[in-house]
Amino acid sequence: MTRAAPSSPRTRSSRTGSTGHTLPWPVWVPAVVGFGLIAVPVAGLVLRADWPNFLTLITSDAALDALRLSLQTGLTSTALCLLFGTPLALVLARSDLPGLPVWRSIVLLPLVLPPVVGGLTLLFLLGRTGPVGQLLDAWFGVTVPFSTVAVVIAQTFVAMPFLVVSLEGALRTAGDRYEAVAATLGASPMTALRRVTIPVVLPGLVSGAVLAFARALGEFGATVAFAGSLQGTTRTLPLLIYLDSQDDLDSAVALSLLLVVVAVVVIVATRTRDASGVR
Amino acid sequence: MSAAGAGPGSREGHREPRRAVDGALRADTADTADTADTADTADNPGLAARVTTRRGGFTLDVAVEVAHGEVVAVLGPNGSGKSTLLGTLAGLFDPESATVTLADRVLTDTDAGITVPVHRRRVGLLSQQALLFPHLTAHENVAFGPRCAGQGRRAAGAVADRWLAEMGVAELADRRPSELSGGQAQRVAIARALAVEPDLLLLDEPFAALDVDAAPAVRAVLRRVVRDSVVGGQTVLLVTHDVLDAVVLADRLVVLADGEVVEQGPTAEVLARPRSGFAARIAGLDLVTGTACAGGLHTLDGTLVSGAASEPLDHGDPAVAVFAPRSVAVHRERPAGSPRNVVPVRLAAMEPQGEVVRLRAGASGRGPAWGEGLAADVTPAAVAELGVEPGDELWFAVKATEVAVHPSGR
Repeated sequence: MTRAAPSSPRTRSSRTGSTGHTLPWPVWVPAVVGFGLIAVPVAGLVLRADWPNFLTLITSDAALDALRLSLQTGLTSTALCLLFGTPLALVLARSDLPGLPVWRSIVLLPLVLPPVVGGLTLLFLLGRTGPVGQLLDAWFGVTVPFSTVAVVIAQTFVAMPFLVVSLEGALRTAGDRYEAVAATLGASPMTALRRVTIPVVLPGLVSGAVLAFARALGEFGATVAFAGSLQGTTRTLPLLIYLDSQDDLDSAVALSLLLVVVAVVVIVATRTRDASGVR
Repeated sequence: MSAAGAGPGSREGHREPRRAVDGALRADTADTADTADTADTADNPGLAARVTTRRGGFTLDVAVEVAHGEVVAVLGPNGSGKSTLLGTLAGLFDPESATVTLADRVLTDTDAGITVPVHRRRVGLLSQQALLFPHLTAHENVAFGPRCAGQGRRAAGAVADRWLAEMGVAELADRRPSELSGGQAQRVAIARALAVEPDLLLLDEPFAALDVDAAPAVRAVLRRVVRDSVVGGQTVLLVTHDVLDAVVLADRLVVLADGEVVEQGPTAEVLARPRSGFAARIAGLDLVTGTACAGGLHTLDGTLVSGAASEPLDHGDPAVAVFAPRSVAVHRERPAGSPRNVVPVRLAAMEPQGEVVRLRAGASGRGPAWGEGLAADVTPAAVAELGVEPGDELWFAVKATEVAVHPSGR
């Protein structure tokens, strides 16, 4: 996610060529174990799958509803993360706001909080008896919990820190030197942000958005606590998979594989763009 | 050369003949009044800045003036306050107390609460790193400033074309910064800085990060664009610890130490006759001013100093012959043999400097005047063998191969 330093031919060659540098062997053993920990269960999923009925399983009404809902809410919450998380990362990385470490810790809270707890806090706040939910109900007749909107809010809640962390890191790595140069060339702060800062950290922004989308796509705990599990409205793929795992394991495995495929497609698509896109 | 003064106590001298300013000014700066173009200064006021701020262990208290079209070098060691000064002028750093005026505009006046934001100051900045925007091509980098100034895509592109050609990198227009060498990137960065036609260009150690091989060529091309007709007299403040930068680029030199101006004057004079121990230490070079000629340099009194030109020079161009004091041999009698440059001197002072003793030459009256002020570094053993002491008549000799002739500020 960090870019090659400007005007340094050395960083280019290190990207392409092998240096003949060998890793010490103790690195390999835990690396292989770690890889196995991730890859073997996925392989097990492939072996366990009921392949003759695979297509039927993933094209059932319930499955298609869940897939559609997952993609819709995932993309929407990613857009919301970009909309609010980008300025948030800029403030955290560039401003001299007093108490910045405290603000940052609060923003990162969803990373360490169990998602279910996050969902419950949202429920307490926006539920019909909650302080904000009460007002929404009284003034606008709006009930947030157990709606698609609630799914999006829950996903945004848990996914935003991923975007903020990734982007803030990219901003700090890039430093404010490019903005300073842009200013001496007559660029207003808004122009510098639009034409220099954002393009320079674009790889970090993209990978942050991918992480946020992946997190939103896999969201379970906060969603189930805050939005419930209603088919077509709040039952996203992870919720359906959990439901099916109780009585229809074949369907759960097939849908799990579907989720894996979607995730891999997203990662591969954005990784290739990341490496070649901005160039 | 303008008469613009710098340093506490001489600011009011800006538009007056130098001699009338301040009796305390020393004789060696007084003769600059003869060449001062005061009318030009009055028509096009350049930079006048006074900065006072506390930084780390010392207080920076500096006043600097740069006349329109003048190139002033600020020389000083790390931590002398150079970067703080530049940051204040560019508006990137808020000092405790400062007034900065440029081309009749007040950019900073802390008493009045005025700080013009960086992007409206018309102050360009070129630093060690080229800092080209990595997502833009060389051409787009140079066109960036003109675009910000509201020029259309085509007009800004034409400006970029012109400046890239001026810097000799037109063929690199479509390259990304990652595909440029350090010297190429710095040329593009210079083009980018000049394309917005800043009222003041700040140069912050502009060649320090370049290869030894690349620096002279970039320095030469920068010298050409800021000094010659290309921009019609660019006002430049150069910060450096490389004496050569100052010699090649600057009209005037301001020496900074511990946050104060300790010395200033025409570049060659300050370097040839440093009055502060600090200037002597950073200078550390022998310089002889004159004009370029075949085989070396003609001094002002018409003698030839043999040496090799660092870059192609036209006959009669102002130039400086530069050599290291350690390459100067000292003799009791006029030496016979190969040294091309031999000058009679009277020993003025002997200064122990670590492993060597620096012999400082005074006027001798027996030969060409360029020997005055030269330094020769010899071992204590050689001093003992020669049995020299101040007042002795000696011969300084230096081989032509040790002498580099550089173009000079004026």
